[in-house]
Amino acid sequence: MSRFRKVFAAALVIAATAGAAEAGRLGLGREALPEEVAAWDIDIRPDGQGLPPGKGSVKEGEALFLEKCAACHGEFGEGAARWPVLAGGFGSLKSAAPEKTIGSFWPYASTSFDYIRRAMPFGQAQTLSNDEVYALIAFLLSMNDVVKDDFVLSRDNFTAVKLPNEDAFYLDDRETAEKHFWRKDPCMTACKDKVEITGRARVIDVTPDDKDKSMKVE
Amino acid sequence: MNQTAKGLDRRRLLAALGGGAALGAGAAAGIGLTARPAAAAAAKPDPAITEVQDWSRFLGEGVAAHPYGKPSKYEAHVVKRDVEWLTAGRESSVNFTPLHELDGIITPNGLCFERHHGGIAEVDPAKHRLMINGLVDRQLVFTMDDIKRMPRTNRIYFLECAANSGMEWRGAQLNGCQFTHGMIHNVMYTGVPLRLLLEEAGLKTNAKWIMVEGGDAAGMNRSIPIEKALDDCLIAFKMNGEALRAEQGYPLRIVVPGWEGNMWVKWLRRIEVGDQPWHAREETSKYTDLLADGRSRRFTFVMDAKSVVTNPSPQAPLKFKGPNVLTGMAWSGRGTITRVDVTLDGGRNWRTARLDGPVLPRSVARFYVDFDWQGEELMIQSRAMDDTGYVQPTKAELRAVRGLNSIYHNNGIQTWLVRANGETENVEIS
Repeated sequence: MSRFRKVFAAALVIAATAGAAEAGRLGLGREALPEEVAAWDIDIRPDGQGLPPGKGSVKEGEALFLEKCAACHGEFGEGAARWPVLAGGFGSLKSAAPEKTIGSFWPYASTSFDYIRRAMPFGQAQTLSNDEVYALIAFLLSMNDVVKDDFVLSRDNFTAVKLPNEDAFYLDDRETAEKHFWRKDPCMTACKDKVEITGRARVIDVTPDDKDKSMKVE
Repeated sequence: MNQTAKGLDRRRLLAALGGGAALGAGAAAGIGLTARPAAAAAAKPDPAITEVQDWSRFLGEGVAAHPYGKPSKYEAHVVKRDVEWLTAGRESSVNFTPLHELDGIITPNGLCFERHHGGIAEVDPAKHRLMINGLVDRQLVFTMDDIKRMPRTNRIYFLECAANSGMEWRGAQLNGCQFTHGMIHNVMYTGVPLRLLLEEAGLKTNAKWIMVEGGDAAGMNRSIPIEKALDDCLIAFKMNGEALRAEQGYPLRIVVPGWEGNMWVKWLRRIEVGDQPWHAREETSKYTDLLADGRSRRFTFVMDAKSVVTNPSPQAPLKFKGPNVLTGMAWSGRGTITRVDVTLDGGRNWRTARLDGPVLPRSVARFYVDFDWQGEELMIQSRAMDDTGYVQPTKAELRAVRGLNSIYHNNGIQTWLVRANGETENVEIS
């Protein structure tokens, strides 16, 4: 066996032991370091998994909210201009104009921690400290009448907070509730006697203007 | 104006429709409507023919003029459009694919609608990483180079925003299929089956859900059941042959076939494996469907069978009497389109359209009805069916189950009113 062949054979053995030691693995990628996982793994679940150490009061949250949030969301979370309303809207979900806020609609407080920490303030994401996020949520919970004004939110008491609308969600049930949409042989001829127009987008007139198209049939 | 279809010549319409059960070709021929008029004679010579055009005389640009080509300048109107009043700002907003100008099933990359929650992230691919952590044997980090060394596959899928047609729940609102149905695109993805990446990390036995997360300023995150993740999801880096566009998640996005567009996280940077869903903002506050009783559906992942006639439509009116092409698109997140029916008389009579081109699972399919039009008022609808036996419902049928407030998943049948002058409107009918 030539020297080249020996080296080649040795390389094959290494490949076999390293690559094929675990069947089916490609051996691509590398182990994530704990610091790397800690830097990116910022998600929070309703059972509290992921909550960092820390705490914040309603009072601290109010000051922070005025400084960092109120320009868009209003001083009390009522929403400025067209920006999202964060508080209120209780009892509106069955109405013609439901107001879906943290208090009236959201099922879990954990969602507010996950979302505010990863995405808010809009345009300045991931700039809030954990204590600041706790304080802002405490303030928003108080604006939604979920906690009292002297409340201090922390990792220890977080999962004890229940939002009013938690039980009003259920799993996709289209295959039972809309079972009648699976139907054999839909009607093909003489399906109805008359047809009337009941609504016209043209009357509402909110479509962005296009260049005037002259209507001329040839 | 009389808004019913009384003025319609019923026999003529049936003839145009190719005859229902009651009217055969003979009957249609008997009333003389299938005969084509002789081609009109030109009154005088056409200068487009008799005069030498510039492009026939002078040289055009050379091959170095356009290293990356663009459409003809005469197609400058074929663009994405947005509706400013829909959202508070442009960075968390949506625009619309110009469906009325497209044909076939593939959406050109530059015309694919956009939906961002924190603007378009401009990610340096050399600095892009994909992390897999959570309930796995090995928490891993991949570079784009790593991902491109994995076995890859090519698949054509539609991506439809859950809110497509959402502005129409309360009635006909926007005039044009670009606006009512344009939150959809259909491209060929090249990517790695997500299953391969998860196997590379090694799933723990209690792995039931994954969370996918974007690297943009919205940090978009959604929960996906492990069965779907192991079934047909892809980690895609190319669309229609070239790298993803920045606005479509360059350099990496997840493809979740048949499921609502929000879950197709762009700029994908992390996949966490867990034993339960995360209930992130985009699956609690948003992308939950409020019903009339005040309760809400959650995890309404699948996009049901749907279709729309793209021509004629409000942005593409009828311009000629005589032969015309009616065309549209149909799709279903549950499987493959098996049939599309079209009516020209508001749902009284239907005929089965001709599907043409590839008809693939969880992809857009193209349909046609070639018809004659003599200036009568039309009320055009299309009705899609898929291989699960699901039949696209009317909007009234949807509202009967869901009420008016569910925002998402409006796959109700669309009606276009074609008036005598060819002008076409978005309407609702009884």
